[in-house]
Amino acid sequence: MRIYFFTEQPYPDAWREDVKSLRVNIPNRECDPRVAADLFHRHQDEWCMADELGLDIMVNEHHATATCLTSICTITLGILARLTKRARILTLGMPIANRVDPVRIAEEFATIDVISRGRFDMGLVRGVPYEVPLAPRSAVGHMDRFWEAHDLIIKALSTRDGPFDWQGEYFQFRNVNVWPQCWQQPHPPVWITANAPINIREVAARNYVQATFLTGFRTKSIFDHYRAACAEAGKPPPAPDRFAYLGLVAVASTKAEALRRAEQLTGYIRTSSIVADPFKTPPGYFSSPDAVRQLKANVVRQAETRDGKSVNIHSGSVQDLIDAGIIFAGTPDEVYQQIATFRDRAGGLGNLLAMCQGGHLPYKETTDSLSLLAKEVLPRLQADSAAMQKQAA
Amino acid sequence: MPGTGFSGGVQAVEMRGTKLEIIERGTGKPLLFLHPHIGLHGSDAFLEKLAAEARVLAPSHPGFGRTGVPAGFTSVDDIAYFYLDLLEQLDLREVLVVGSSFGAWIAMELAVKTTQRISHLVLLDPVGAKFGPREQSDVVDIFAVAQPRLHELSFHDVVHAQRDYASMSDEDLAIIARNRESSARYAWNPYMYNPKLAQRLHRITVPTLVMCGASDRLMAPGWGRHYANAIAGAGAGRYLEIAAAGHFPHIEQPGELARHVHEFARAAVPTAA
Repeated sequence: MRIYFFTEQPYPDAWREDVKSLRVNIPNRECDPRVAADLFHRHQDEWCMADELGLDIMVNEHHATATCLTSICTITLGILARLTKRARILTLGMPIANRVDPVRIAEEFATIDVISRGRFDMGLVRGVPYEVPLAPRSAVGHMDRFWEAHDLIIKALSTRDGPFDWQGEYFQFRNVNVWPQCWQQPHPPVWITANAPINIREVAARNYVQATFLTGFRTKSIFDHYRAACAEAGKPPPAPDRFAYLGLVAVASTKAEALRRAEQLTGYIRTSSIVADPFKTPPGYFSSPDAVRQLKANVVRQAETRDGKSVNIHSGSVQDLIDAGIIFAGTPDEVYQQIATFRDRAGGLGNLLAMCQGGHLPYKETTDSLSLLAKEVLPRLQADSAAMQKQAA
Repeated sequence: MPGTGFSGGVQAVEMRGTKLEIIERGTGKPLLFLHPHIGLHGSDAFLEKLAAEARVLAPSHPGFGRTGVPAGFTSVDDIAYFYLDLLEQLDLREVLVVGSSFGAWIAMELAVKTTQRISHLVLLDPVGAKFGPREQSDVVDIFAVAQPRLHELSFHDVVHAQRDYASMSDEDLAIIARNRESSARYAWNPYMYNPKLAQRLHRITVPTLVMCGASDRLMAPGWGRHYANAIAGAGAGRYLEIAAAGHFPHIEQPGELARHVHEFARAAVPTAA
């Protein structure tokens, strides 16, 4: 089991009642660059501490939003590639269907892989709906464009006898010839977020890591599509390291303090969907049945608890969200138990993406939580993994 | 057929492997109605009044209504060639083309290529060419405005916009979603225009009438004059504003609009091509 420490580098000063949309159309006058600089430095320090503690590192990117100051994940990773010593550094990820230049992405990725001497995990994502209004191309044909961008990036990173030309449906490039050559051969490991069966099959067919975010106890049914695809292809069952799950994590020496930290963390999920209506349903993003449902009624994202109770992930209480596997919070013993239960219920999980900072949680509490997670929770999960591997052998 | 609000006359035409849904009404001189980005919704009365003096053909554009999307269709240019094929396939001549908003854009893209089969052009609240400054869209971003506000901007009287989604069938709702998706397919970016169209409008020499709803707030007041001035067959004398109508005068003032179309077709004699 690996644990990747993740924060979106949120900007909570702008999370005010009078700000009706925290994404897309929130003007950047709401962002004080001095505050932003402090936040960037602080989160770099947290990621470096995670590296020292034996955790791995995850970053992401969103655009025009007070929920996430990381607008270019590869800049953050470029800094971390040099500052950190041992951690895997993951982006999950690069929204490749929304970006215009996959070759530039390949160059950024190769550079990070080399600076980090092979510690880079290359996550590719479709991106949430409210990223589409900021993109030059619409969501029509989004997944086709995603896979063409993927194919081009993989070829650009894997080719050793370039240049080559690319004349696809969505992208056209002359003389593709990425320098430097990747450290990891033929290219860094690929991770992809996928929830829909049709996309999961594509991920499974390539033996990539499949990740899912905040899907709670539904996660097993999502991972099962990957397992089924492997079985159908006559491949052995996928190892736990093919699966990743993102949840919120708050650890403290007492339960009361951990719950207090969890409450501060939930600022992220309580604000992450605050966006002006028209940006929630970009045309072409959703399937026709989903689009029909949206016309009939506003759809609220639900999660399920272990015993099947439905929880609104944007307004549920901390306890509801713990029960639903969205938050892992408590003393080290409790958090270990919650994660182990979740891992087993998911049918195996090799990578926990731990959002340990979600807005208002201060530096001291964040690093204390990280420290407990690394020193008192991770070793037990790793011991479990070793035992399970031994058993399987 | 459900959803169209049209009692009859809806048929499917096969166009090189793509099923084209097309309404046909009336007899006489052929009239091609090209619907706006919201589809054929609300245009029944207008088509009925046009059909009193013409053979009206009102297709759903590729990707709209129940019409398929041919492979590789990404631009209004593609739709224009599709309709040039249709005019040839049905061997229509001396066609009066009436386009509303996004449909007017298609009409202009058709006409800059060739007017061999076109006698007159009527453009209703046209979009498709860029006249304004680079820092501002000529047309309000329909993908960025909440629906109640969008209705206020699009209609003189929002009663014309109201549709009860709760009581509609899934099939009809799917068409609304499909129309919205196809609007994005063709008009997302550059938003609602082809950067090349303005420099080509001089090629349209057939008699052209531009009409705009006086309450159209999707564009600045009088914005349609840019089109009238740029099209050789129009000119300042062929620009009309329709009172008590917004961006879709064919929905809000179908009778008056149809009367203007018929009068224009009778009065304006096409010059030899």
